[in-house]
Amino acid sequence: MTNQGNNKDIRIGFYICHCGTNIASTVDVQKVVEFASKLPKVVVSRDYKYMCSDPGQELIQKDIKELGLNRIVVAACSPFLHEKTFRNASSQAGLNQFYFQMVNTREQNSWVHLDPYASTEKAIDLVRAAIYRVVYHKPLEQKRVPIHPDVLVVGGGIAGIHAALTLANAGKKVYLVEREPSIGGHMAMFDKTFPTLDCAACILTPKMTAVKNHPNITLWTYSEVIGVDGYVGNFKVKVRRKPRYINEDLCIGCLDCIEACVYKEGRFYDEFNLGLSKRKPVYIPFPQAVPLLVVIDPETCIQFKSGKCKQTCVEVCEPNAIDFTQKERIEEIEVGTIIIATGFQTFDPKKIPYYGYGTYPNVYTALEVERLINASGPTQGQIVLRDGTRPKSIAIIHCVGSRDKNTNQWCSRVCCLYSIKLAHLLKERTEAEIYNFYIDIRTPGKMMDEFFIRMKEEGIKFIRGRVADIYPDTSNGCCGKLVVKAEDTLVGEIIKVPVDMVVLSIGLEPRADAQEIRRMFNITCSTEGFYIERHPKLAPVNTFTDGIFLAGCCQGPKDIPDTVAQAGAAAAEALTLIDTGYIEIEPNTAFVLEDDCSGCKSCIPLCPYTAISFLEDKKKAFINEVLCKGCGTCVAACPSGSIVQNLFEDEEIFSEIVGVLNYTYHEEEV
Amino acid sequence: MAEKPKVAMYWCASCGGCEESVVDLAEDILFVVENVDIIFWPVAMDFKRSDVEKFADGEILVSMINGAIRSSEQYEMAQLLRKKSKIMIAYGACSHMGGIPSLANEFRKELIQNYVYSEAPTVSNPDETRPQPILKENGREVELPVLWETVRALDQVVDVDYYIPGCPPTPKILKNALVTLLSGNLPPKGTVLSPDVALCDECPRKDTKPTDLQFKEFKRPHLVEIDPELCFLAQGLICMGPATRSGCEALCIGGNMPCSGCFGPTSRVRDHGAKFLSSIASSVDAKTEPEIDEILNGIPDPVGTFYRYGLAKSTLHRRLNL
Repeated sequence: MTNQGNNKDIRIGFYICHCGTNIASTVDVQKVVEFASKLPKVVVSRDYKYMCSDPGQELIQKDIKELGLNRIVVAACSPFLHEKTFRNASSQAGLNQFYFQMVNTREQNSWVHLDPYASTEKAIDLVRAAIYRVVYHKPLEQKRVPIHPDVLVVGGGIAGIHAALTLANAGKKVYLVEREPSIGGHMAMFDKTFPTLDCAACILTPKMTAVKNHPNITLWTYSEVIGVDGYVGNFKVKVRRKPRYINEDLCIGCLDCIEACVYKEGRFYDEFNLGLSKRKPVYIPFPQAVPLLVVIDPETCIQFKSGKCKQTCVEVCEPNAIDFTQKERIEEIEVGTIIIATGFQTFDPKKIPYYGYGTYPNVYTALEVERLINASGPTQGQIVLRDGTRPKSIAIIHCVGSRDKNTNQWCSRVCCLYSIKLAHLLKERTEAEIYNFYIDIRTPGKMMDEFFIRMKEEGIKFIRGRVADIYPDTSNGCCGKLVVKAEDTLVGEIIKVPVDMVVLSIGLEPRADAQEIRRMFNITCSTEGFYIERHPKLAPVNTFTDGIFLAGCCQGPKDIPDTVAQAGAAAAEALTLIDTGYIEIEPNTAFVLEDDCSGCKSCIPLCPYTAISFLEDKKKAFINEVLCKGCGTCVAACPSGSIVQNLFEDEEIFSEIVGVLNYTYHEEEV
Repeated sequence: MAEKPKVAMYWCASCGGCEESVVDLAEDILFVVENVDIIFWPVAMDFKRSDVEKFADGEILVSMINGAIRSSEQYEMAQLLRKKSKIMIAYGACSHMGGIPSLANEFRKELIQNYVYSEAPTVSNPDETRPQPILKENGREVELPVLWETVRALDQVVDVDYYIPGCPPTPKILKNALVTLLSGNLPPKGTVLSPDVALCDECPRKDTKPTDLQFKEFKRPHLVEIDPELCFLAQGLICMGPATRSGCEALCIGGNMPCSGCFGPTSRVRDHGAKFLSSIASSVDAKTEPEIDEILNGIPDPVGTFYRYGLAKSTLHRRLNL
C-alpha cells in the first residue's frame, strides 16, 4: 500500500470530468481545476474529457503511484453510475477504495442548471466539500454476505410463471406465491393472442402444469406476501395462506363437490368470467385451473352463513377433503432474491360515464369480450349479447382510460393490437360490421403492423376519432341499438354509428394496492404507480433495492412477448446473484462504541431492521453488522454520540458542511 | 519546604453556587489547604486585582473561573488570569458552557435591561435610569463595566485547558480534579474532568427503562406525582440523562428529579440540546403533524429545556436576527 498514514501526510488528487460536453459546456472545468489546486493538501488537480474511460482511470492510477496520492476526489456524474469504477481504479493502484470521494457535477449540476457562472460556483462548493471530507476518510473493508439460493416469485401470471420455470429449470428452489386460487393471471382469460392468433390457453396451460409438477417449485396459490424483512441475499418473507376450506393434500380435483352443492345452479358473481356467469359457493375458477383444487367461498356458502347446510358436498367427497374449520396459515420462508410480477388491473370504464358502461347492458369491456369469445367462457365461445341475440354491428372504442389527461396519460401499449385481434375474432364468429374508433393506431413490434394491415384487408372499418358519446337509439323502428357519436377527423364530420354492441378497449393500470406492495418490498414506483426499474435502459428489471427484480406489467404496460422476455431477464439477474454466491455490501454500517455507551436504550426501538439489541450482561447496546443497512437512524438518535457510522462520521459530515457552505476561514485550518 | 502550588479562584456571571461547592468539600477542604496556596479568591478572601497583576506570567499553577463571561470586566479578569496561570480551568456549567446566564442569548440586551430596570413588577424606576459606562460626579469619573450583547462560555474568550462540569460541580468531581492536577499526570488538553459516559450508566433507575420507549405525551415534573423508582423518560418526563455526562452520581435522580443536563454533553457530541432533541424526536409516537404538535406542547420551553446550561456553546450560540 502507498502512503495512507495520518492526516498530516494527506495527499489529495483531484480530477474533473468533461463528460464530453455534458459537464464542460456548463461548468468551467478549468476554473474548478485551478480552484481545487489551491486547496490545502491537494497535490494534483486535473481535468479530462472522459474520466471513466481507461485513459482517465489510468491517469488517476499513474498519479497515485508517481505522486504518492492517498486520497482521490473525482467530480463527474452520479456516484450511482461510476463510483464503483473509480473506487476500483483507486484500489487497483494500491489505495483503499474508501479513500475515494465522488462529486456529482452532472446530474445535480450541469444537467439542471443553465447559468455557467452559478453552475461553476456550485461545482466549486461541492468540490471543496468533497476535498475537505476526504481528509477524514478511513480505510474500510467491504463485507461479503452469502446469497440464499432460494427465490420468491410474487405473482403467478405469465411473467411469474416464466420466471419461476426458468429458475427452477436452472436447479434453483422457487416459491411462487399467487393471490388468486389459480395461477395463469390475465393471460388465462384471453382466447387468442396477437399477432399470431394462437390460442392463449394452448401455450399457457402447459407452462402452468409444468409449474405444478416441477420439483423445484413450491406453488402457493390463494396466498399473499404480508411481510418482508432483511436484505439482498437474506430476505425473510411472511406469506399468508388463505383457507380454501379444502385439504389441499386430499382433494383430487374430481369436482364432485361442486356438482353436489345444495345450490343446483351458480348464483354468485364469477370473478374469472367477470360476472358474465354465475358460480356456486364451492367452485374452481376455470376448468384448466392450476392447481386443480376447489375453493369454498365463506361469503356465500350456507354452512358458513347459517351453519345449517345439509353439507351435500361433504357427503360426496370421497377423500374427505372438505374442512370447514380450516384457518389461514402464516408461512415464513427465507429467500435470497425476489421477483415481483404482480401484474396490472384494467381501467374501470365507469370513470368515463358517457361511455355508458354499467348503464347500457350492451357496452362491454374488452376483457369481458375475451371471456365471451373463449370456448370455456360463459357462453362457450358464442358471441351473444345479454339478451341472447347475436350482434350484427359492433363498435370497438380504443384508448378508454389511456392517453387521456382526465384518466390516465400513458399509452397502454396493447390496446390497439388486442382491439384489432378482437375485431378479427368478432367478425369471424358473427360476421358483424366492425367499427374501430381510434386516436392513432400504434402497432410497433415484430409482425404487428403486418397483422394490422391484414385485418384492415379483411374489411374491418377504422374510424379516426375519439368517441364523444354513446346513447340509446330512440328513433322509430329501432330496436335497442346504441349510437356511437364521434368526429371522424379524417373526413372532418361528426358521425353517428348505430351498433348492437360496444366494446371498450380499456387500458392497463397499476394494481390498486401497488403502493402497499411497494412499501412492503421497499421498492419505488412512479406517480402513476408502476414500479420503477433501476435504469430505464441498462437495468430494466432491477429495482433500487438489491436482490429485488421486476417482471411484466407491474413495471409498465407491455404485451406477452415483452413480459416473457422481461421475466427471463429477471430470472437471469437472480441467477447471477445466486451463482456468485455472495454480495459485497457497502461498509456504511453503524457500530456502538462499547466503552462509551451508557446503555440508555434510546436506539433500540428505532432500528427499522431490528439490528440493535441490548446486551443484558454488559448493559450496552449492540449492533448486528450483518443486519445493519446503514440508514443512520440510531446514529442521529444516540444521545451521547456513542454510535458511529462508517463513511458518515461526524468529522466527515461536518467538514463537508464547512466545505459546501464556503466558510473560507477554514481553508487554512484544514 | 518547597513552595505550595498557587491556585486562584474567580467568579464571573455566576450565582455563587460554585463558590459554595468548594466549601461543600467539608473536611476535604483541609486537603486543599494542605496542598495548595490560595492566592486569589475574592468571594472568600480579601485580594485585589493588583495582587494578581504582581505575579509573573505562568506563576499561578491553576486558575479556576466560574460563571459565564458577559461583561468587559469579566473578560479582562479572564484574560489577566489566563496570562498569569499555567492551567486555566472553566469551573462549573456557566464557565464550561455559558450556563443558565446564557439563556439571555435568546433576547437582546436592551430587552433584558428594559425588563430588569423598568418592567419587572417589583421595580419602580420612574426616571427610566439605565446603567451608564461612565459616571461623572463631583468632577470625578468612574468607569463601569459594559454588559455584552452575548453571554459567552470561558473558552469563547480565553484558552481553556480543562473543564470541571456541573451546576455546581459536586465535591467528588472537584476533589478528583484537584488530585489529578496535583499528581502532575495531566490528561489531554480540553478534557472535561468527569466520565465521558452518559448519566444512564450510573443511574439507579437504569434497569427500569424499557427498550421500546415511545412518547405519547410529555409531562412536567411539577405537575405530576413522580414515581420514585421508574425511569423518568418512561414516565414521560424529560430527563437529559441519556445525553449528559455522568460523574454527579445521579444526585438529582436521587432527589426524585430528572436530570436537567448541567454536566453537558459527552466529548462526542457537538450540540447538547440538538442531540437530545434528535433522540427524543425519534421516539415521539405520532403519525400526523397535529399529533406531533400535541405531544410537543408538553415542552413549553424547548430552549430552556434542552439548552438550559449550554446555549452559549450551542451551534447557534444565540438567537440571530435580533
